[in-house]
Amino acid sequence: MSYQGKFRVWRGDDSGGALEDFTVEVNEGEVVLDIIHRLQATQAPDLAVRWNCKAGKCGSCSAEINGRPRLLCMTRMSVFEESETITVTPMRTFPIIRDLVTDVSFNYTKAREVPSFAPPKDLAPGEYRMQQVDVERSQEFRKCIECFLCQNTCHVVRDHEENKEAFSGPRFLMRVAELEMHPLDTADRVDQAQDDHGLGYCNITKCCSEVCPEHIHITDNALIPMKERVADRKYDPIVWLGNKLFRR
Amino acid sequence: MPELERHSFDVLVIGAGGAGLRAAIEAREHGMRTAVLCKSLFGKAHTVMAEGGIAAAMGNVNSSDSWQVHFRDTMRGGKFLNNWRMAELHAQEAPQRVWELETYGALFDRTKDGRISQRNFGGHEYPRLAHVGDRTGLELIRTLQQKIVSLQQEDFKEFGDYEERLRVFQEFTVTDLVKDGDRIAGVFGYWRESGRFVLFEAPAVILATGGIGKSFKVTSNSWEYTGDGHALALRAGASLINMEFIQFHPTGMVWPPSVKGILVTESVRGDGGVLRNSEGKRFMFDYIPEVFKDKYADNEEEGDRWYTDQANNRRPPELLPRDEVARAINSEVKAGRGSPHGGVFLDVSTRLPAEEIRKRLPSMHHQFKELADVDITAQPMEVGPTCHYVMGGVEVDPDTGSSSVAGLYAAGEVSGGMHGSNRLGGNSLSDLLVFGRRAGAGASEYVRALDSRPAVPEETVTEARATALKPFQQEGGENPYTLHMELQQSMNDLVGIIRRQGEMEEALQRLEKLKERAQSLTVEGHQQFNPGWHLALDLRNMLLVSECVAKAALLRTESRGGHTRDDHPSMDAEWRRKLLVCNVDGDRVSVEEKPQIPIRGDLLDLFDRTELEKYLTAEELS
Ligand SMILES: Cc1cc2nc3c(=O)[nH]c(=O)nc-3n(C[C@H](O)[C@H](O)[C@H](O)COP(=O)(O)OP(=O)(O)OC[C@H]3O[C@@H](n4cnc5c(N)ncnc54)[C@H](O)[C@@H]3O)c2cc1C
Repeated sequence: MSYQGKFRVWRGDDSGGALEDFTVEVNEGEVVLDIIHRLQATQAPDLAVRWNCKAGKCGSCSAEINGRPRLLCMTRMSVFEESETITVTPMRTFPIIRDLVTDVSFNYTKAREVPSFAPPKDLAPGEYRMQQVDVERSQEFRKCIECFLCQNTCHVVRDHEENKEAFSGPRFLMRVAELEMHPLDTADRVDQAQDDHGLGYCNITKCCSEVCPEHIHITDNALIPMKERVADRKYDPIVWLGNKLFRR
Repeated sequence: MPELERHSFDVLVIGAGGAGLRAAIEAREHGMRTAVLCKSLFGKAHTVMAEGGIAAAMGNVNSSDSWQVHFRDTMRGGKFLNNWRMAELHAQEAPQRVWELETYGALFDRTKDGRISQRNFGGHEYPRLAHVGDRTGLELIRTLQQKIVSLQQEDFKEFGDYEERLRVFQEFTVTDLVKDGDRIAGVFGYWRESGRFVLFEAPAVILATGGIGKSFKVTSNSWEYTGDGHALALRAGASLINMEFIQFHPTGMVWPPSVKGILVTESVRGDGGVLRNSEGKRFMFDYIPEVFKDKYADNEEEGDRWYTDQANNRRPPELLPRDEVARAINSEVKAGRGSPHGGVFLDVSTRLPAEEIRKRLPSMHHQFKELADVDITAQPMEVGPTCHYVMGGVEVDPDTGSSSVAGLYAAGEVSGGMHGSNRLGGNSLSDLLVFGRRAGAGASEYVRALDSRPAVPEETVTEARATALKPFQQEGGENPYTLHMELQQSMNDLVGIIRRQGEMEEALQRLEKLKERAQSLTVEGHQQFNPGWHLALDLRNMLLVSECVAKAALLRTESRGGHTRDDHPSMDAEWRRKLLVCNVDGDRVSVEEKPQIPIRGDLLDLFDRTELEKYLTAEELS
């Protein structure tokens, strides 16, 4: 059941680093994070990795496994051949701190730039009424565990540092969509999406949706509908205004 | 020595889970300059893992619900050892705290008439848990996180600085509380990333650090749960109560080994999942305790009918409080009627159509599929008990969250009293909001009333730094990972779900030895993001807290809630009147008995006398 697995793990810091080879025990049912932990406990006690719940709920242990953005805790060893060498590297889009840990502050900055939920003024707490079908659209986006794998994989910023200023990335464009589709939000989000968060940069290649560990349809359900709303608005603002005012 | 980074705030909140974030919002709204410090990234605290829901008697699904009924259920769940005032405030204020989340942007699942939907859970008389599928904790933490961001946006508008009045320091670990004489003066800790030390000066500190599960081998808890807040409070001179009470959740995953302990939400049973042993028997019917006989169905037919007609049937025993179900599973496995990997079977596939299961229990479906190759819409799960929650914690004033140390507050899982000897599912998330808010207000009032701010004595800073650096200074000592594994094994085997005098005595001896060995831990590498070093520092806390658990458990010679003694199997009404209080002197834990505060008369009147007779002494009833 157990075997000796071959691993290459990136080690280093902001001044540089390299892949380091390890041979380490792998047991039945384990995930890649288990192996990283075994390395820490037996061979590399100061190997830096960010993790928390180890149950796919917190989105801390994002990294790239054989070049593919994934959660370390949700990647089972059984998806690899026993003879395969497994390469684990940090997310490429964010600056390195050490080993597998990157500086994800870009995401927190972008989160702060999205204007918050604007509650209806005429409803007191406890008076909110919404139908399940109406909340479901935004609920899908609220499944997001902020692992930032979509941000990492998005080619608008992946190798284009220069776009980071103007582009919030799929995670936060989806946040804008979530608020736009919230049945009781009173703010106008459509122009913001285009002007402040760079929706126009997205050319719907769906890379973000593909890597989402929560299987959220980021492109189909958030980004494309937002693009449509932007297009509608440009076309006929009166229609948009009517929709917004009389939707409730 | 590099220059020490220093900050000054009015209120410091340690912890960014539900309790910490709600406390921070409150302190900020009271005009305090507030900081939140947390070990992991903002938005990733352990609260994110909560699944089933948040308990609040809103009466949206069954209008007979009220705070009085919720209060009763909570006291029953805790076997009447609860701090009644906390249970009262909690039941009264939980609905307002949930509705308030909607104004922050939360999107709970809805009833047909558009209100917040509520689901059944163990020990709750009516459907009471507001929820979002089985990812309620994520909704809670994200909502509070986004509320904090909205407050920061207000500050940006007003002052041009997002962090003018509320700042989050993430991936920062507090290693010591700092005092000026008898009162709190700040905290000392390090950045995970750089390993550099920071001193925060502040007259008030709110502990919201969560639980202690990482001292046990099989646990549903994340790495953050090393009992830091419990240990910080002890070392600062505050006391802990109820540390012998640890909740073993009945249903954790048992296979594969690497995921052993990961939680299987109680909602599976709330939504109709049944427990069976290897003989295919629904064994819970054999384990209904005397005190609950009239509330639970004694046959499958009635239990099954309850799902559609709750008014005329009693609930199935799968929904007994957690301690009862955990013990029952334990007994079945011991009797040789367990599943192949040492658990029992939990099956929801026979009750609900596949589509419905995917909808109501999406993360369970996902978790089993991804981690165990089990499709819960077609197959039973294998489950067994897992260390889940600590009822014990910092002894606080119910109304303000204040500890016995001036300026030190606590809220959430790190505080003690609210849940008595056993917590009901869903009562933690509501506890976080109710008492997080109260602690935020309490700390703010305290700061406002001060006429002078405390000053940090320089020597305490020097000392704190030396303690933190010790593992680097020693050579040839042990690896912290080895010690941690031994600690987990000892606690699991000797102070676990079923306890005996001899085993706990052995545990205490082992803890003594581990404490000694911990004196000479050695870590390799540098201070920069070094997990070995972090663990070495966390171990100090885990050892101290484990000693509290073992010592208190040894003294309490009865079984109640999250404390089961093989050698003292029954509940003893005399013990209900006693709290065990832990303090620390140097590095020694002492445990003393203290009388429990008698329950206020009008609250006692909410119960039938016959029920009270099961819990209270004749003297108390006369
Ligand atoms: C899998 C699972 C499912 C659950 N489901 C439910 C449920 O459905 N309903 C329910 O009511 N309860 C549930 N619970 C229990 C509930 O989630 C927890 O009790 C609760 O979230 C604890 O919240 P908290 O705010 O006290 O602390 P946490 O959310 O644990 O936060 C602790 C914070 O303190 C920080 N911290 C700790 N030590 C330090 C330090 N030394 N320095 C700096 N920061 C520090 C951490 O980084 C973290 O930010 C569940 C628990 C688990 C494990």
